[in-house]
Amino acid sequence: MTDLTNHPHENPGTPFNPDWIDSLRVNKSAIERRTSSLMTRRTVKKEWQSAWHLKAVSCIDLTSLSGDDTPGRVKRLCGKAANPVRPDILEALGASAMGLTTGAVCVYHEMVPTAVAALKGTSVPVAAVSTGFPAGLAPVETRLEEIQRSVAAGASEIDIVITRAHVLTGNWQALYDEVKAFRAASGPARMKSILATGEHGNLAQVAKASMVAMMAGSDFIKTSTGMEGVNATLPVSLVMIRQIRDYFERTGIMVGYKPAGGIKTAKDSLAYLTLIKEELGRDWLDPKWFRFGASSLLGDLERQLEYHAFGRYSANYRHAAG
Amino acid sequence: MTLMDKLESMEYGPAPENGAKAQAWLAGHGRSFSHYIGGAWQAGTGAVIASHNPANGEKLADIAAASEADIDAAVSAARKAQPGWVALGGHGRARYLYALARLVQKHSRILSVLESLDNGKPIRETRDIDIPLVARHFYHHAGWAQVMDAELPDMEALGVAAQVIPWNFPLLMLAWKIAPAIAAGNTVVIKPAEYTSLSALMFAEICMEAGLPAGVVNVITGKGDSGGMLTGHKGVNKVAFTGSTGVGRIIRKQIAGSGKKLTLELGGKSPYIVFEDADIDSAVEGLVDAIWFNQGQVCCAGSRLLVQEGIEERFMTKVKARMAKLRIGDPLDKCIDIGAIVDPIQRKRIDDMVQAGASEGATVWQPALDMPSTGSFYPPTLISDVGADNICYREEIFGPVLTCMSFRTQKEAVTLANNTRYGLAATIWSESLGRALEVAPALKAGVVWINGTNMFDAAVGFGGMRESGFGREGGMEGMMAYMKPKYEAGLKPSARIALPEAKPAASASGLQAIDKTAKMYIGGKQARPDGGDSLSVLDHSGNVAGLVGDGNYKDIRNAVEAAGKAFGGWAGASQHLRAQILYYIGENLSARAGEFTERLVSLTGASKKAAAQEIEACSDRLFSAAAMADKFEGRIHQPPIRGVALAMNEAIGILAITCPDDNPLLAFVTLTAHAIAMGNTVVALPSERYPLLATDFYQILETSDLPGGVINIVTGKHADLVPPLARHLSVDGIWHFGDPALEQDIEIEAAENMKRTWLAGSKTYDWSPSGTLSARSILNKAVEVKNIWVPYGDSNLPMTGGGY
Repeated sequence: MTDLTNHPHENPGTPFNPDWIDSLRVNKSAIERRTSSLMTRRTVKKEWQSAWHLKAVSCIDLTSLSGDDTPGRVKRLCGKAANPVRPDILEALGASAMGLTTGAVCVYHEMVPTAVAALKGTSVPVAAVSTGFPAGLAPVETRLEEIQRSVAAGASEIDIVITRAHVLTGNWQALYDEVKAFRAASGPARMKSILATGEHGNLAQVAKASMVAMMAGSDFIKTSTGMEGVNATLPVSLVMIRQIRDYFERTGIMVGYKPAGGIKTAKDSLAYLTLIKEELGRDWLDPKWFRFGASSLLGDLERQLEYHAFGRYSANYRHAAG
Repeated sequence: MTLMDKLESMEYGPAPENGAKAQAWLAGHGRSFSHYIGGAWQAGTGAVIASHNPANGEKLADIAAASEADIDAAVSAARKAQPGWVALGGHGRARYLYALARLVQKHSRILSVLESLDNGKPIRETRDIDIPLVARHFYHHAGWAQVMDAELPDMEALGVAAQVIPWNFPLLMLAWKIAPAIAAGNTVVIKPAEYTSLSALMFAEICMEAGLPAGVVNVITGKGDSGGMLTGHKGVNKVAFTGSTGVGRIIRKQIAGSGKKLTLELGGKSPYIVFEDADIDSAVEGLVDAIWFNQGQVCCAGSRLLVQEGIEERFMTKVKARMAKLRIGDPLDKCIDIGAIVDPIQRKRIDDMVQAGASEGATVWQPALDMPSTGSFYPPTLISDVGADNICYREEIFGPVLTCMSFRTQKEAVTLANNTRYGLAATIWSESLGRALEVAPALKAGVVWINGTNMFDAAVGFGGMRESGFGREGGMEGMMAYMKPKYEAGLKPSARIALPEAKPAASASGLQAIDKTAKMYIGGKQARPDGGDSLSVLDHSGNVAGLVGDGNYKDIRNAVEAAGKAFGGWAGASQHLRAQILYYIGENLSARAGEFTERLVSLTGASKKAAAQEIEACSDRLFSAAAMADKFEGRIHQPPIRGVALAMNEAIGILAITCPDDNPLLAFVTLTAHAIAMGNTVVALPSERYPLLATDFYQILETSDLPGGVINIVTGKHADLVPPLARHLSVDGIWHFGDPALEQDIEIEAAENMKRTWLAGSKTYDWSPSGTLSARSILNKAVEVKNIWVPYGDSNLPMTGGGY
């Protein structure tokens, strides 16, 4: 079993507090104004940018969630996770000693044992998507069983999906109960709750679902499975992390955030890191509290880092495939 | 600092914009500038002023201080250019405005940098807000030039405009002034503020590059005294000023009686109201745009935070946390929220006011930010524990200083919001459409933003109520401020109707007639004059036709009070109801037409036919006012946001109307009917020569369901009654068609609370319904436009269709 001491489950949750969600209001236009002006208010250049790119690499949940995943493919992915950036680039940047890895590898349950074996001896945890991912409409028993099996197989992080119907019908108690049951089944693993925000009707539902998921004990809240029509966006992220901030202000408990799907460029990643820094603060800029659910992002980050290291833009084939 | 240190700190690091090109431009001019007059640089004959970068105190350049001779030269260049500029036609002017817009875009980077250097504002703002809005303003007004003849066929240019602009948005205010003026066919002499003249001088080069005909735009530089010489210059037809209320007042008094058209965009102390059903985090973030935008040096800054008591504690905790995240420093750093205050003098002024607020008992809080060690910087500041009398709550600070107060109910929020002499802008945060759209019309503000703040667009008028000034910039209203009705040119000089020698009263034969003294009409009741004196009214041949009360300032006081009491109900009444009452007045007048015709004949000596026609015209005007009550409506703007801006025509308030002697009933009926059609309440001084027609008329009003106080009639000598009206601080506007000799004093007194005035200017108007004075042209004077910005949107799923 993977060592959980670095990333223990920490959010004990709270009782269901309807007051915390009844008063929630979200104004879409104002949210969009904030996110659209954010990257005109903040920028990082030169060596600072490289530092931020390294941070982004360390926060990636390097993901493969395809029907055609095979053990060989997953092993290669794990290799990339353990050594995400070519050593000569890190050396040129003076970053060799940091032991850079991605935040985790994220796979389906079937691939957990392969990944755990491949990552043995590294500090990279294995995350398993679970509970009938991506739609979450498998029978309750099998969803709970899936969590337990993945934990037993060595997954130290479980990415659960919620029942969207609870959100769309405003049945917050049912959502709370569901997530709490998943939480209990996750045992010592850190649990990330995928809200599938691309299927919520409005941002107020996103905010309420976020708060309910945290009250029920989620260690992370996560935007998307990557399979919805719309995945992570900055506006949705702003709404979710403001709920994380409120939850922290109310309880003193930190909850992590994971945008997933559609984050492909180094520039995108800087926008998210900036958003986190501005709205949550420096403490959250850590793989313990922030992850990107992404697969192709790493390639662009590595390219940018190589440019900073050597002053030339690289070609994809010069970097190890994941 | 190694890369690993940077990774640990996760700071942003410096991100300086390159100032080299702007500096090279300054160097290319030898860091010394002349005036731009008649299409060429013209050396000043006055003193020289040094212009500094407030962020580091470095001198940027010397600019010229315009002398009387320089201003003469500029005004005559503009005068000389004006006929040709008009003759060029709408399309011809549109091409030049379009070229200016394009050139502003082409030079946007250097303009942004120069503006930031000169003013101290962050490059992010000049780059993303100021300069794009400048280009947008010229594009929009290129369009107005193009369509003016078709859209505004009855209007024409004023002539030469004198424009004095402030230092807070130097180039943007220049665009707001120049674009509508030249679109309409005026030529301009503009004086930027002495702290920030450089972008205007670069704009002069853009005019040259565009090949703008010489003299259409003239730029003179200098301090306030140069501005005063410009606004006071006899050769200008229009004065437009943006700046403090104090200076606006001085300008208004300076030009009183000159016949110059005037628009003033002045100070503000705008409320920022947060209801408990708001998106609280977004409302906190909105404050950054409201009061920490441009270092708070914004006339419409949301400087008075009003937050509902139930969320106050949580909200203020969030505000402080947000303030602690603001970054203050080098304006050319792209990562900076708050730049430098424009000048150390201004910085000291801000600090003095904050200290004064503290000494009056306010709690002052400032976050522990990394402050630059040199330069003119002031930290974001929160002032709490204040009463409505604290200087920081009451006065415009023009700095990054927010004053906060709580309220309990929506009603109280509105009362507190309106508890100010100003009326520029207001912000409402609430997720309840019903609440927001109920509050917006109740606020005394020319611009209201719902769930957002400091949104601007060239198509949406901007300007104030009360002592925040008058006139609008942007949109149709903004164009109107640089035009006049064509009929004005054809108006004939007014002549007073000579008073005949009084004849002795005829000896009584038969029964003594029952004495009849016309009373005043105040608050819906007939009222005796406070002083207990009467004046006799002579008919055209000198016979005593009757007596009217000889009113004094106390009668004025009573009438204004009655009009004030009636205002809320009348302005809030439906358009339909106001129309119905006006129709009813017309109907009742018609029923007694014979009686009024006879009175006209006997009083004025008019022929029976002419008198009958005049009564008929009165009915016509009443019907017209009634008809337009529900047709003279606002418009819906669709600015480049997902949302709308509702341009609503709102009543001005309490209007004083002094009537001319010619057409004594028709003029009275025409003016009052259109005034009340829009929801104003009126204190009317009827024709001094023939007041009996108006006093007869109140019997019609009494039988027509008109609520008491909507129209009040005070008789007496205008010379006694006009001054107290002009001085009365509850009177919001004056329409003066009486003695022209009173006009200058009216303007001087009106400057105190910035009454809106419509002065006859020694001209005789054609009051007939078919004449030049259309219902629409009167109604334009009876309203002020309030623009209510309503961004919308809720769906998290992609939408298509209208508004997207």
